[in-house]
Amino acid sequence: MIGVLALQGNFSSHVKVLGLLGHNSKLVKSPKDLDDIDGLIIPGGESTTMTKLINRDKKFLKSIQLFSKNHPILGTCAGLILMSKDSFDSKVINLGIIDIESTRNAYGRQVHSFDTELSLKHVSNNDSFKASFIRAPKISKVGKNVEVICTHNDLPVAIKDGMHVATTFHPELKNETIIHRLCFGDK
Amino acid sequence: MSDNNFKVKVGLAEMLKGGVIMDVTNVEQAKIAEESGAASVMALERIPADIRADGGVSRMSNPHMIKEIQDAVSIPVMAKCRIGHFAEAQVLQALEVDFIDESEVLTPADEEHHIYKHPFKAPFVCGARNLGEALRRIHEGAAMIRTKGEAGSGNIVEAVRHMKMIVSEIEEIKNCNEKILKEKSEEMRVPIELVKYVSDNGKIPVPNFAAGGIATPADASLMMQLGAESVFVGSGIFKSEDPKERAYAIVEAVTNFDNPKEILTASYKLKDAMKGLEISEIPEEQLLQKRGD
Repeated sequence: MIGVLALQGNFSSHVKVLGLLGHNSKLVKSPKDLDDIDGLIIPGGESTTMTKLINRDKKFLKSIQLFSKNHPILGTCAGLILMSKDSFDSKVINLGIIDIESTRNAYGRQVHSFDTELSLKHVSNNDSFKASFIRAPKISKVGKNVEVICTHNDLPVAIKDGMHVATTFHPELKNETIIHRLCFGDK
Repeated sequence: MSDNNFKVKVGLAEMLKGGVIMDVTNVEQAKIAEESGAASVMALERIPADIRADGGVSRMSNPHMIKEIQDAVSIPVMAKCRIGHFAEAQVLQALEVDFIDESEVLTPADEEHHIYKHPFKAPFVCGARNLGEALRRIHEGAAMIRTKGEAGSGNIVEAVRHMKMIVSEIEEIKNCNEKILKEKSEEMRVPIELVKYVSDNGKIPVPNFAAGGIATPADASLMMQLGAESVFVGSGIFKSEDPKERAYAIVEAVTNFDNPKEILTASYKLKDAMKGLEISEIPEEQLLQKRGD
């Protein structure tokens, strides 16, 4: 069972993609919802809003950090920002689950959002997949044990840090399963 | 227009789900909205309750004021243009507004046609009272639909009517045969493909939000339980006695819309909501929802 953080944002598309891979899923709105899940997705949405709602419960931040010690977490867009070590913005909390630094809305406002095709590095079956960059962040610094698994115009756009995966783009908006499979496997 | 462009526009609407979009008229209000957890703000010179009270022609807001708000917050900024006023929309796009609301709250510029929205890079949201209206707007290129409700009234009754109408009309055409769908598409004046999409998927092809008259956490919960995927709060926040607390309480209510204990907790902290208007006491010609079809 994979949990999807459902405080605000596009959690429904992640539920759909998990279903395509045969995973059961449940929405996570409070720390106790983490008890019976094997992995977690932090979806896209507004990182400031999610910060506010995570901070409602003093235990929530610590619970997610503790959960991350033994379980994989996937973050897309705002999820990547929250998982980062730092995003240099006092309005946003950083869970420090992955050893990267990130910058919010680094491509500009919505008129600069775009769709493109990407492919994963070092994957033998190197099929391309579709991805949406919606007011996307950029990864500004990558820690030494972090693997950059995908680039776009020479910039890192997806990383793997231990069992955790994070992307600046949205594979779920395109019903792509490749990133979710990388993080949680097939059922 | 590429299909690709449309999907990128709908992508932002998807990210705003489960959130609250708040009307703000200055930098200070925009900051309060962001600090309270708004997923987006709508920058406008006068909130609907004041537009209603002031009368006269209501136009796109001063770009300078919108720009100040864009510079003050990091969440998406929306702004309104008049129905059919594609030049106002072009200006808002040049300003890089994140979402354009072609809104019945402003005085319509064209009584026959809405803006043809597909060529724009900026996404549009439009109001609707029923499924036909929603699908006509989507056909023109709207990337998000919201109920019209009755803006500035502080009365939820019209938003409820419009949301229930859309949801029941979707139910009605689910799994209908080709012949009935053809009739429906002619009745609604939209291509059969759109009607078929709704019939096959049990939903409209873009996110469906609630707007018009939401003033309390329970109002927000009601609209979410009726099928809204997010809520717009116009006059309800900054016409209340406690904007900051109310803004945050409505954000909490949208996330926990199906948990009455959470709605109770959110409601406890609040003082009086805005004064509402009885819809039947609004003269027919002053009903904003009648603008555009």
